[in-house]
Amino acid sequence: MTVAPQRRPEPAELDAADRRIVNRLQQGLPLVASPYAVVAAELALTEGELLYRLERLLEAGVLSRFGPMYHAERLGGGLTLAALAVPEADFERVVAIVNAFPEVAHNYRREHRLNMWFVLATETPQRIHEVIAEIEAATGLAVFNMPKQEEFHVRLHLPV
Amino acid sequence: MSVSTCPSEPRAAGALDALDRAIVLATQSGLPLVPDPWGAVGRSLGLDGDEVRSRMARMQEAGIIRRVAAVPNHYRLGYLANGMTVWNVDDAEVLRLGCEVARLPGVSHCYRRPRHLPDWPYNLFVMLHGRTRAEVERQAERLRERLGDACRDHRILYSSRILKKTGLRLAGRVDRQGGQR
Repeated sequence: MTVAPQRRPEPAELDAADRRIVNRLQQGLPLVASPYAVVAAELALTEGELLYRLERLLEAGVLSRFGPMYHAERLGGGLTLAALAVPEADFERVVAIVNAFPEVAHNYRREHRLNMWFVLATETPQRIHEVIAEIEAATGLAVFNMPKQEEFHVRLHLPV
Repeated sequence: MSVSTCPSEPRAAGALDALDRAIVLATQSGLPLVPDPWGAVGRSLGLDGDEVRSRMARMQEAGIIRRVAAVPNHYRLGYLANGMTVWNVDDAEVLRLGCEVARLPGVSHCYRRPRHLPDWPYNLFVMLHGRTRAEVERQAERLRERLGDACRDHRILYSSRILKKTGLRLAGRVDRQGGQR
């Protein structure tokens, strides 16, 4: 688990084949036998070259992950977006408290009075409320719980 | 580029059995980068590759797996401006308009969420991604035009610091019957 705040990585240099791979594989691997060979053929690469480049893109952090993207709620878990209005002088203390919860999957500082925004992912939906109560007790701040009521679209696709 | 998830029908998830759960655990850190990834996952679980592949296909069909794909790091791809845009949209219109704006360029996630009055009047959240803030602002302008009079107010909240990013960890949520890598 990473508790320390992270720096923003720099943009990577990608050649044309890397770009084709990044663009194509954001859309999804076909669930067929020899799936990498199928995608490699589409991209005019050999299977070995695709696998080698994919490994390199992961090592270089251009891709943060390659694999199945699971739908947390459909696996029976709880998921929510929550926000805090943290007094500036207290910000680092609250970062440490919030990040120490393993249920906090992402946490971003944003420029607003509500200046800390984090995603909670829990084993059960009920556990969300317990974690929120624990964060409120530990920080002394009110948590704004903003669970999704309707999902219109979830598909991160960043063409390069 | 996009598969419409609108209207967002909750698909019947169907029960996951112990082997499905073992597959979830074995693949959550990633799919093996080998010519036969299904076989590689299967070997760690005592299953054959076809069984792994057909179970994963079933989970994808049920929406338990959104897709098997590359997750890019925004910043490494040059998307330096990532704005959470939030909109105060008429409740009577938010479902229809949410579906519409979800298809606009630059949008990755689009959700309806609860207001917290008086502090937080926004009920539609749209994540926008651009190489520059100017690009995100152009995308937001297109959203504003599309939302029209149904939108009273909006904000763009840029992330100014990543405080934590571990991703979702499913281990522990699923039981470990059936073994794991």
